[in-house]
Amino acid sequence: MAGKVKWVTDIEKSVLINNFEKRGWVQVTENEDWNFYWMSVQTIRNVFSVEAGYRLSDDQIVNHFPNHYELTRKDLMVKNIKRYRKELEKEGSPLAEKDENGKYLYLGLCVFHRLMFSVNIPRRPVQPWIMILSHRFKKCVPKDSKTSSFVSQSNKEAYVISLYINNPLLIGGRKFDLRLYVLVSTYRPLRCYMYKLGFCRFCTVKYTPSTSELDNMFVHLTNVAIQKHGEDYNHIHGGKWTVSNLRLYLESTRGKEVTSKLFDEIHWIIVQSLKAVAPVMNNDKHCFECYGYDIIIDDKLKPWLIEVNASPSLTSSTANDRILKYNLINDTLNIAVPNGEIPDCKWNKSPPKEVLGNYEILYDEELAQGDGADRELRSRQGQSLGPRAGRSRDSGRAVLTTWK
Amino acid sequence: MLQEESDLSLIIAQIVQKLKGSNLYSQLERQAWASLQRPEIKLESLKEDIKEFFKISGWEKKLQNAVYSELSVFPLPSHPAAPPEHLKEPLVYMRKAQGSWEKRILKSLNSMCTELSIPLARKRPVGEQKELLNKWNEMGTDEPDLSLFRPVYAPKDFLEVLINLRNPNYENGDSLSFRTHLGLIQVPLKVKDIPELKECFVELGLNIGQLGIDDSTQVPPELFENEHVRIGQKVLAQQDSAAAQQYIRQGSPTALRAELWALILNISSQPEDVLYYEQLKTNVIQHDLLVDSLIYKDVKLTASNDDYYFVFEDYLYQVLLCFSRDTSVLSHFAFNSASPPKSYIRGKLGLEEYAVFYPPNGKIAPLCFLYHEPSKLYQIFREMYVRFFFRLHSISSHPSGIVSLCLLFETLLQTYLPQLFYHLREIGAQPLRISFKWMVRAFSGYLATDQLLLLWDRILGYNSLEILAVLAAAVFAFRAVNLMEVTSLAAAEAVLADLSTLKVMPLLQIFLFATVT
Repeated sequence: MAGKVKWVTDIEKSVLINNFEKRGWVQVTENEDWNFYWMSVQTIRNVFSVEAGYRLSDDQIVNHFPNHYELTRKDLMVKNIKRYRKELEKEGSPLAEKDENGKYLYLGLCVFHRLMFSVNIPRRPVQPWIMILSHRFKKCVPKDSKTSSFVSQSNKEAYVISLYINNPLLIGGRKFDLRLYVLVSTYRPLRCYMYKLGFCRFCTVKYTPSTSELDNMFVHLTNVAIQKHGEDYNHIHGGKWTVSNLRLYLESTRGKEVTSKLFDEIHWIIVQSLKAVAPVMNNDKHCFECYGYDIIIDDKLKPWLIEVNASPSLTSSTANDRILKYNLINDTLNIAVPNGEIPDCKWNKSPPKEVLGNYEILYDEELAQGDGADRELRSRQGQSLGPRAGRSRDSGRAVLTTWK
Repeated sequence: MLQEESDLSLIIAQIVQKLKGSNLYSQLERQAWASLQRPEIKLESLKEDIKEFFKISGWEKKLQNAVYSELSVFPLPSHPAAPPEHLKEPLVYMRKAQGSWEKRILKSLNSMCTELSIPLARKRPVGEQKELLNKWNEMGTDEPDLSLFRPVYAPKDFLEVLINLRNPNYENGDSLSFRTHLGLIQVPLKVKDIPELKECFVELGLNIGQLGIDDSTQVPPELFENEHVRIGQKVLAQQDSAAAQQYIRQGSPTALRAELWALILNISSQPEDVLYYEQLKTNVIQHDLLVDSLIYKDVKLTASNDDYYFVFEDYLYQVLLCFSRDTSVLSHFAFNSASPPKSYIRGKLGLEEYAVFYPPNGKIAPLCFLYHEPSKLYQIFREMYVRFFFRLHSISSHPSGIVSLCLLFETLLQTYLPQLFYHLREIGAQPLRISFKWMVRAFSGYLATDQLLLLWDRILGYNSLEILAVLAAAVFAFRAVNLMEVTSLAAAEAVLADLSTLKVMPLLQIFLFATVT
């Protein structure tokens, strides 16, 4: 209880620093004794690498899991999801049901197919495909047989082939994607929270599926960083909508049931992706992580996972944006570092309801299992996901979903 | 009694006359002819059988809706010798004021034309027509040089005109009394006070379920929401305009709103309507109006920078450009004191009339949340404009006209929040100067979209804009504590700058039904 929390960061962003300062925390350098380190993904690699020999003490917390790339690297995500599916199939779980074409009914989450090293596009693709860089790495060979050190030989790139969604849902004729923030405090048992104030990012130009436009970066890629350089980028609003706005629009134009179903599916995708990587994730108790999920919706109101970011951008493009990200960090810190005091990583990571702020519980494995195994089977199949699925926030259970 | 009966038959005759020229009439006629094939129609009881057939097939309902729709816009019965201008606006001084306001706008437009050497209207060369047709769906991305265009007038100018309105027959003497109206509007129109408003808006009462209050997450849906949705679906199934209008006083569920509004406004998308819209679009392509650039500039300045509406920028252009060429809108101005300035197209085709309206773009954007099909969006907007929103831009004595709304707002404030009113007046912050822009835009762009739609539900439900003035007063009441502490107009503006977090229904309910008067 004595002393103030000492923080370090290697990301110089005001939304972070303002939040630390408002709690009266003290800034230190990484060589000193620190309690809280908000680090970039490069740093986490170093901290947990074998050579570094870093040992975190009980009163130290960091904002990444050591092997978060199991979720954020596209090729690994694919691998993990495929493994997860196979496991479910082996168990005979109804979640792993397939339709007559062999496609997974409930687990066709994301757009990627795994690919390494070479490009192997089907000869006559029915739908357009794009190649997305998964990661770069150095191919290493051992220096000599006696030592165990390696020398890097060449720079390689690994790609995944992604199914291109050429029928995205358009609003006002524009393509958009969803950015949702998900906080994971522990993977085993899985406990994750969804930030209520996600947003949609719009393209500035109208969408056309014609192939000549495929080269136009601005039409297809909606990341703000790229949009900013388009001629029509508007600096005042940055082409964003809140998720609640999206919900209002969809309910008004498409109806309540399909909208609720869409949002349920989005929550489903997120939880399944986390469950898929949970077994392989290094569930270090010093860690928590706030992910940025990018999701796109097609015109049949089916959501697709595009990617997961371990280091979602904390740059603000507009004033509202700044407020949103400030509050996001604020609520995240309230959950990860209870009471703003010097943390003890042994705590049970179960914050009281009042500190959640704009987060709501997305999935809490402990609570879910406490309900008994019989609930597992009552999941996706017969249950109609009624309007209550998005409603009452009173209980601490998995309130965003009616399934476990 | 006799007078009422003859009034009624006069109204009936006029409505019949109006409907005879409508599409519905020819449809009914066709249906009647077709029904002769049916076995249940017998020659002896032809009239009764056809009537019965209409009842069963839903055509009677359509006729009912059409009559109801006409009644909503019909002026009150008047003396047979009254001249048409008198029907539009009974008060002479109002008519005069509106006339001079219109002249001013036209003069401003004309002088802009001369200054910039641009004709008020011209026919587009073929190449330009093709170009416009190609980018019809993306007009938002083009950026012509608009720096030289000024808006024709700002809401502030309009407010000044309203402030200077005087009834030459009215003399209230120099002595101040408790009756003296301390606000800016100085015309003696009759406005409702809170007891009368309570009667009028009885469905907003504390013990009646409302959407916007009783559908919040803390309230279990079984208490009100589920049943309300069920009733809404029934109303839609019955296709009954009058029932829908009554229903929507308690708010509309989001999923049903688009259909309910269309039902209340009696809009059904027939192929003829789509054709009409396409016709207007062709007019836009073929002719370029000066007002187009004004529209363009206005949309760019407002909607493009709005957090919610920027997405629909292109729809706004499409609708507004077509609207400014829609001559059928003119026929509705038979009931309004306004005659919008007309401009004439030069050219070999001879003179064709196009009316010039000041672009009301703020009111379209929220509709884009409900309708994404352009011709439907257009119809809904047009109907809402001719029923309600035009009254916000013209000078008249109508209870939903902007003059009455301003007076209602000021009277409510002065009567029920006298201390606040006096204080604001003392620091040079006349409340109307702040609330005028809210009312003239029907709060569009100030409230969150879902709240705005709940407010407009009630406009449709009560067929009146008075609720805008009541809401404006309720907002002041809500922020009264902070407002009492400010010492300048700028500070007062700051307190009331951000309405985006307000929940309109609780505010209205508290102000009308829970304030100690």
